[in-house]
Amino acid sequence: MNTAPQDPRVPLLRAIGLDKAYGSTPALAGADFSLRAGEVVAVMGPSGSGKSTLLHCLAGIVRPDAGTITYDGRELTALSDTARSALRRTDFGFVFQFGQLVPELTCVENVALPLRLNGEKRKSAEARAVEWLARLEVDDTAAKRPGEISGGQGQRVAVARALVTSPRVIFADEPTGALDSLNGERVMRLLTDASRDTGAAVVLVTHEARVAAYSDREIVVRDGSVRDAEWAV
Amino acid sequence: MSLATWTRDLALGARFAVTGGRPGLLRTLLTATGVGFGVALLLLAVSLPNMLFQREVREAVRAVDGSEQIDSPRADSFLHLGRTTTYRDDVVTGLLVTPEGDAPPVPPGTAELPAAGEMAVSPALSELLDSPEGALLKERIPYKVTGTIGPAGLIGPSELRYVARVDFLTTENFDGRGTRYGWSVPEEPMNAFLVLLVIVACVVLLLPVLVFIATAVRFGGEQRDRRLAALRLVGADIAMTRRIAAGESLAGALFGLLVGLGLFAVARQFAGAFTIWDVNAFPSDVVPLPALAVIVLASVPVASVVVTLFALRGVAIEPLGVVRVSTPRRRRLWWRLLLLAAGAALLVPLMGEVQVTETRIDSTGVVAGTTLALIGLTTLLPWLVEAFVKRLHSGPVAWQLAVRRLQLSSGTAARAVSGIVVAATGAIALQMLFQAMERDFTELTGQDTSRAQIAVGADARNADEARGMIDRIARTEGVAGVIGVIESRVWRPGPLKGSEEWAPTTSLRIGDCASLGQFATLPSCKDGDVFVFLAHGAQGNPDDAQVTGAARPGATVVLRDPHPHPSAPKPPKGTPLPQWRIPATARIVDSRPDPTGMYQYGVLATPSAIDAGLVDEPDAQALVRLDPAVPDAADHVRNTAAGIDPTSWVRDLKDIQRDAAFSSVRTGILVGSTLTMLLVAASLLVSTLEQLKDRKRLLSSLVAFGTRRSTLSWSVLWQTAVPIVLGLVLAVAGGLGLGVVLLKMGGQQVQDWWAFLPVVGIGLALIAAVTLLSMPVLWRLMRADGLRTE
Amino acid sequence: MSIGHALLGLLESGPRHGYDLKRAFDERFGHDRPLHYGQVYSTMSRLLKNGLVVVDGIEAGGGPERKRYAITDAGITDVAAWLATPEKPEPYLQSTLYTKVVLALLTGRGAAELLDTQRSEHLRLMRELTRRKKDGDLADQLICDHALFHLEADLRWLELTAARLDRLAEELHR
Repeated sequence: MNTAPQDPRVPLLRAIGLDKAYGSTPALAGADFSLRAGEVVAVMGPSGSGKSTLLHCLAGIVRPDAGTITYDGRELTALSDTARSALRRTDFGFVFQFGQLVPELTCVENVALPLRLNGEKRKSAEARAVEWLARLEVDDTAAKRPGEISGGQGQRVAVARALVTSPRVIFADEPTGALDSLNGERVMRLLTDASRDTGAAVVLVTHEARVAAYSDREIVVRDGSVRDAEWAV
Repeated sequence: MSLATWTRDLALGARFAVTGGRPGLLRTLLTATGVGFGVALLLLAVSLPNMLFQREVREAVRAVDGSEQIDSPRADSFLHLGRTTTYRDDVVTGLLVTPEGDAPPVPPGTAELPAAGEMAVSPALSELLDSPEGALLKERIPYKVTGTIGPAGLIGPSELRYVARVDFLTTENFDGRGTRYGWSVPEEPMNAFLVLLVIVACVVLLLPVLVFIATAVRFGGEQRDRRLAALRLVGADIAMTRRIAAGESLAGALFGLLVGLGLFAVARQFAGAFTIWDVNAFPSDVVPLPALAVIVLASVPVASVVVTLFALRGVAIEPLGVVRVSTPRRRRLWWRLLLLAAGAALLVPLMGEVQVTETRIDSTGVVAGTTLALIGLTTLLPWLVEAFVKRLHSGPVAWQLAVRRLQLSSGTAARAVSGIVVAATGAIALQMLFQAMERDFTELTGQDTSRAQIAVGADARNADEARGMIDRIARTEGVAGVIGVIESRVWRPGPLKGSEEWAPTTSLRIGDCASLGQFATLPSCKDGDVFVFLAHGAQGNPDDAQVTGAARPGATVVLRDPHPHPSAPKPPKGTPLPQWRIPATARIVDSRPDPTGMYQYGVLATPSAIDAGLVDEPDAQALVRLDPAVPDAADHVRNTAAGIDPTSWVRDLKDIQRDAAFSSVRTGILVGSTLTMLLVAASLLVSTLEQLKDRKRLLSSLVAFGTRRSTLSWSVLWQTAVPIVLGLVLAVAGGLGLGVVLLKMGGQQVQDWWAFLPVVGIGLALIAAVTLLSMPVLWRLMRADGLRTE
Repeated sequence: MSIGHALLGLLESGPRHGYDLKRAFDERFGHDRPLHYGQVYSTMSRLLKNGLVVVDGIEAGGGPERKRYAITDAGITDVAAWLATPEKPEPYLQSTLYTKVVLALLTGRGAAELLDTQRSEHLRLMRELTRRKKDGDLADQLICDHALFHLEADLRWLELTAARLDRLAEELHR
């Protein structure tokens, strides 16, 4: 899966003119976005500006009301829900602010979950999960449940889960939002290092400049529209 | 801790229950509805004894007082005859009255005694007779409707009953002579045995209701815990939060009581609209036993407080959130088994001790044993679920999610399902019990419905009339065949011997070979043959010697009683008694059960062997085979019989009435257990939905990384199915065990080992229902909205 | 920052030559701005004059960098007093930027673009510092973090100003 696009000038993920409204509240109005393979892009902007909605649209979780999203030559908006789900399982990884780990499963089972959803056998899935836990320096949590570990450890487990399928894009929505500075720094360092090592691109939604500083470049969402200087159409 | 602090905190909690915003109110409503249904059921159950007692009272009140002996007609005396007939599947009862003077008493419920040939009818019968459905019945009850029977003369509002004045009752065909209505009303409002029966029913069918009430007061517990945590933050201590929580439950339970009383008030209005097991009651008779009602009404609020405090044992409500004690105490097995063992210990020694006919049984032992066994089984479930899921290996993702959840908190699921265990166990045991009784009943009658379905009998003046009657029945629409005999008696002639008080006598049946062959095994038969058939003492019949003492081949018998009772009308003096010589060629044969299952004995004669005109007071007897293709064939026969003689008797073989009673009880048990299981399923559904709502974020994030809907749906299914299936396994094992023990107690055999199948089927249907009903919520929660932090 | 106090503090651990002092200072505090020798000599002579240091000895070859300085008791007291006295909080008014924004608004130029450009520049620097932090030791990390937090505070000001540009323009044009 992890092949770089032929032409580095062609973006891996590109959105043009996205509109999305929740009821009568517009969340996105004509947002453009581009992501090259392997780059880390911070999505910034004040609360309620539509950052998360943009991320949900880009990841194929939410279908925009208007506009097109192209991922690796495929029109994401034209895919069925099933196809988009499958794409999210294989090509994308996700890290959220909190509440994403299944409380009943141990950490290693949580990390192995995406692999198992892809039909991988339990043994090999958990073996790979342990590797990733070690890489994110939380291998000691493997047999524990999310309730028994700290918030910082939990986020690193979540990062491990996002990376375990070797995705090409990782969507991180305020991944350090619930952490103190020190733990936040650590999660960001591990996330960006690991994604650089595997060549995964990262879409990083954050309102914190210090977190955004881990990116290669940033875009700013304001009132649902995006200033993306680099790829301006 | 003073009463004042308790009151204050409970009141505070109660206020939260009503003012806690929409979720708080919803929780209170759920609890109130749940508790309400439970309370209504309990109140109906404790009204049952009174209902049955009132029925007895009503029957006694309208019956003719038979305690006084009236030998000769008086101004206020009357002859009466009770009539019971079956119309389709309903029973119609009637009282025929012939006054002997000019001051007969008025039957209860009627304004006046109808004129001759007229009758008063109950409202239900009136309605039936007026409708097209009642046309056939109208022929059978040929009296003119002139009055109505009010509630005072009825057992239930939908009872079919008439009181008719006739002129054909004589001391030959009557039930008795009376001067007033009303037997003494039973003194005891309720016999102890009936109360105990009700308690058994309570245990079996209502224990789950209690379990349900206990579950209902916990509805929305997690959300409430969060509110309590907020209270801790502003300074409430742990004891205070518990009291507040108890107050919230209490408020829900009190609302539930009101709902329950309301539902009960509505339900009793319908007591007359339904007839279950022939019981149909006036709403005014559906009154709970005061003591039991008080217990029900008092125990619900108390239980709600206790259950809440109990549920909060393992929960530490801290200011920043709710912490469940991380290592819950291990469930211990021994005391659960102890309960079960104690129950078995009480029940097993009773095996074979109870006779069917006996009314005095060790009720206390049965009740205590059954209760203990059921409670033991119920408490065994959480342990079993825990022990079982601990050993489960993870399979596919959906299974893994469900199993892990159960491993972490098996208690919640087990608690909800324990109601199912009690209901199913009880239902299975009762099903087995009733099945055996039902079978037992048909075996006892031994009626052979393949040979005949209706037996009709009527008095005739002479043999011709009797033969005419049989012919009329044979010609009736829907009759496929008739076994008809003319029945009378023969006596030994001559003076009494020794200590004899009456002349030896036996029965005489005259009929064609085919009909006679229904009573005895005949080696061969042609017209002119005579048989003496012997029952060899079967079914408590007299010795063969008594029969042969009166009649044997070659003997001469008389066809009138040679030594009649002094009070009987005497024949004209000097008239010789008609005699008949039993041919010497007559054969002695063995009796065989007739279609009604009885071994008869006596003399069988073909028509040309005897001058039937000589026999005394012949009865026409017809055993009728019906044509199943003709609708209402049975009712046509009953009509013919009534037309021949209003005092003729008709008996349905394979007593449909009793049969229906048994199956309706079985249906009732099934319906009752289904209802209780439905209640349990409802609480299971509520807790599943709550759990899903609590994990909105998690569900959305699972969807984000591509989890299929089906995976999560299956996990909900497994999560519901595993505890229910375990519960059903336990219930089947327990129910069969309990059923066998209860059966053996009465020395009965298990009729059908598969009696548990319907119950299991219901359980599986519930799994499907809970899962399906969770789906819309699950799918709605799986949308991306859950990811939004705002 | 008071260079005099910093140098005094370095002397507390023992006498040092002037060039030693400069090297020690640069190593610990002077990442962005190394001291000039001139700054060191002028500072040291001021400290000498105030009796906070004494010349402990002079190496052969002459030249001020050959002088060895030692801290006096008065000097130690002075360091202690300095450390004990809180810094006067200086509201870091974005005076230059503020002036630019006001001028842009007054002259009808795009103030929002100005702020965006500034934000990109801030973030560029923050990225740079983050990268340096990742490669450096703990001291580097602490220093970079200090700068990062300050830059973040500036960015917040930029953000807030951007959100209030309309009101600002309104007030200016009244």
